[in-house]
Amino acid sequence: MNAPAAALILFIALTAGQYARAQQLPGNKETVEIGLSTDTIAITSGFRGTDLTVFGALDNADPLIQRQGRYDIVVILQGPERDFVVRRKDRFFGIWVNAESVSFQHIPASYSLASTRNLQDIATPKIFGQLSLGVNNIFYEPIPDGFGSSESLKEFTKEVPRLKLKQRLYNQRPGDVQFLSSTLFRATLSLPANVPVGKHIARAYLFRNGEFLRESSTSLNIVKAGLEFRIYRAANQYSLLYGLFAVFLAVVTGWMGRLVFRKD
Amino acid sequence: MGLGFALGIYLPIAEISVNVFVLFFMGAAVGFLSGMFGVGGGFLITPLLIFYNIPPAVAVATGANQVIASSFSGALTHFKRGTLDVKLGSLLVVGGIAGAAVGIYVFVLLRELGQLDLIVSLLYVVFLSTVGGLMLYESLQAMRRTRAGQLSNLKKPGQHNWVHRLPFKMRFRASKIYVSIIPVLVLGGAIGFLSSIMGVGGGFIMVPAMIYLLKVPTNVVIGTSLYQIVFVTAFTTVMQATTNQSVDIVLAMLLMTGGVIGAQYGARIGQKLRGEQLRALLAMLVLAVGLRLAIELFVTPDDVYSISIALATRVAQ
Repeated sequence: MNAPAAALILFIALTAGQYARAQQLPGNKETVEIGLSTDTIAITSGFRGTDLTVFGALDNADPLIQRQGRYDIVVILQGPERDFVVRRKDRFFGIWVNAESVSFQHIPASYSLASTRNLQDIATPKIFGQLSLGVNNIFYEPIPDGFGSSESLKEFTKEVPRLKLKQRLYNQRPGDVQFLSSTLFRATLSLPANVPVGKHIARAYLFRNGEFLRESSTSLNIVKAGLEFRIYRAANQYSLLYGLFAVFLAVVTGWMGRLVFRKD
Repeated sequence: MGLGFALGIYLPIAEISVNVFVLFFMGAAVGFLSGMFGVGGGFLITPLLIFYNIPPAVAVATGANQVIASSFSGALTHFKRGTLDVKLGSLLVVGGIAGAAVGIYVFVLLRELGQLDLIVSLLYVVFLSTVGGLMLYESLQAMRRTRAGQLSNLKKPGQHNWVHRLPFKMRFRASKIYVSIIPVLVLGGAIGFLSSIMGVGGGFIMVPAMIYLLKVPTNVVIGTSLYQIVFVTAFTTVMQATTNQSVDIVLAMLLMTGGVIGAQYGARIGQKLRGEQLRALLAMLVLAVGLRLAIELFVTPDDVYSISIALATRVAQ
C-alpha cells in the first residue's frame, strides 16, 4: 500500500498567447484553466497508489487581491459514478449479521480533492453545499426502497464519506494547491491503489474573497494494463470461455501431477 | 510483477496482492493432508483462503476449481483399476448438477442480500465441527480398542434399511447393489449444492453416505465419489465463472501446483504412519479451523458499517 511510486506529472496545455493577452480588466474577468498532457493513464498491476500533479493557470487576476492571497483554488478528481450499498451489522444471538442496508445511486467511486487552504477558510459551508464540493457535500442519493426511515437514511448517508475516506478512495488535501507564480498553480491529488478504472473528471474551482467565481473541467481516462488486468477482463467479458479454461487448467494440472510422479 | 518483487503476486479476481510462497505452501500442506487421508481438501482450502483475506466469494469459487485437479488424477487411477462405478457415478452427477445449479442461484441471491460471507462461515462451522467431532470420536474409540488388544474390525453395515424400500430401483453391476435412484439423486444433489456454496468436493460427506446409506462396497466408493466430484466441481467452476466472475485462475494455479506435489508426499507418508493417531490429528485440525471461523462470527467487528458496489440487479429472472 505505502510503497512509493513515481508521481505522474501531467502538464498543462497552455499557449503562450494566453499569457500575452493577460491584462487588467475590471469585474469578474478572472479565468481558471487546468489541462492535462494526456487523456489516458494506464495503471499496471503493481500499482500501489501515487500522487497526480495537475498544473493550472489563473488568468486576469487582480494583482492586489492576489498579493493579499485572497484567491483560492480547489481542484478535484472524481471517479466514475457507481451504485453502492451501505450495510450495518447487528447482533443476533451473539452473531454479527448484516442487517439494515441502504443503497445509493450515482456515487463517485473515487474523489480526490486539493485546495489552497482548509475548505472552511475558503468559503462558507453553504457555498460548498451548493457546489456539491467536498466529500461531505457530495449529493449521496439514496435509492428509496420503502423500508428505511428518514432517520436511518440520514445515518447511512453520513457513513458513505466516512467509509470512502477509510478505504482511501476519497481524500482531501488542504494546502496542496500551490501558486508557483502569479498565474501558474500546481495541485497535488492522490490516486489510491484501488483507484477505479473509467472516465475521471478533473475540475478546478476558483474563489475570490470567499465568493465562487467559476470552474473549468477536463477529463481523464484511467485504464489498467498488464497480464493480470487482461485476465480480469477475460473473466468478465468471456466468462464462459474463462470458466472452461479454468476447468481445463485444473484437469491438465491433475494429469501432469500423475505423469510426473508415476515414475518413482 | 517485477523480479525484485517475485514473492508478491497480484490476484486479478480477488484483487489483492499475495505472497506466492504462502499460497503455494498452503496448497502443498492441504495437498499433503489430502494425499495422506484420501480427502479432497476443499473443506480446508476455502477457510484458509478466507483467513488469508481472500474474499469469501472468490475463495469458494476458486476452491471448487482447485478440487478438480486432485480429484481428476484420483478418479483416473480408480478408473484404470476398475474401482469406479460409472453408472452410479453418472447418476450422482445428474443429481449433483441439479443441486449445483440451485446452489449457484442461492449463492447469487445471498451475495445480493449481503449475507454470503455469513452463510459460508456458518456452513463451515457446522460441517467442520460435525465432521471433526465424529472423526475425533471414531479415532479415539479405535485407539482405545487397539490398546485393549482387540482387532479393530469395522462394523458390517446392516442388511437392509429404509432406503431399500424406496421405488424406482436400478441395478448397479460394478457396485453389486440394487437400489432406488431417489436416494442416489438426492445425495448427488445435496453434494452439488454444498459444492457450489462451500467450494468443496464433498467427499467427506459422500463417502460415508455411500457406505452407510446406499451400501456401496468400500472398494468402489472412493473412485465413484471422485468421479462425481470431478464433474460437479467442473460444472460449479463454469457456473461461478459465468454468473459471479469469481474464479481466480492465478490463485487456483498456485494452489493446484502446490496441492498436486503435496498430495504425492502425503500419500507416501500416510502409508507408513498409524491410522488412528493421524485421523485424530486431522480431526483436531478440522476442529481448530471450525473454531477459528466460529470465533470470528462472535467477535465485534472493527466497523459495523461496510460499503460495497451494488451488484447489477438481475432483471432477467
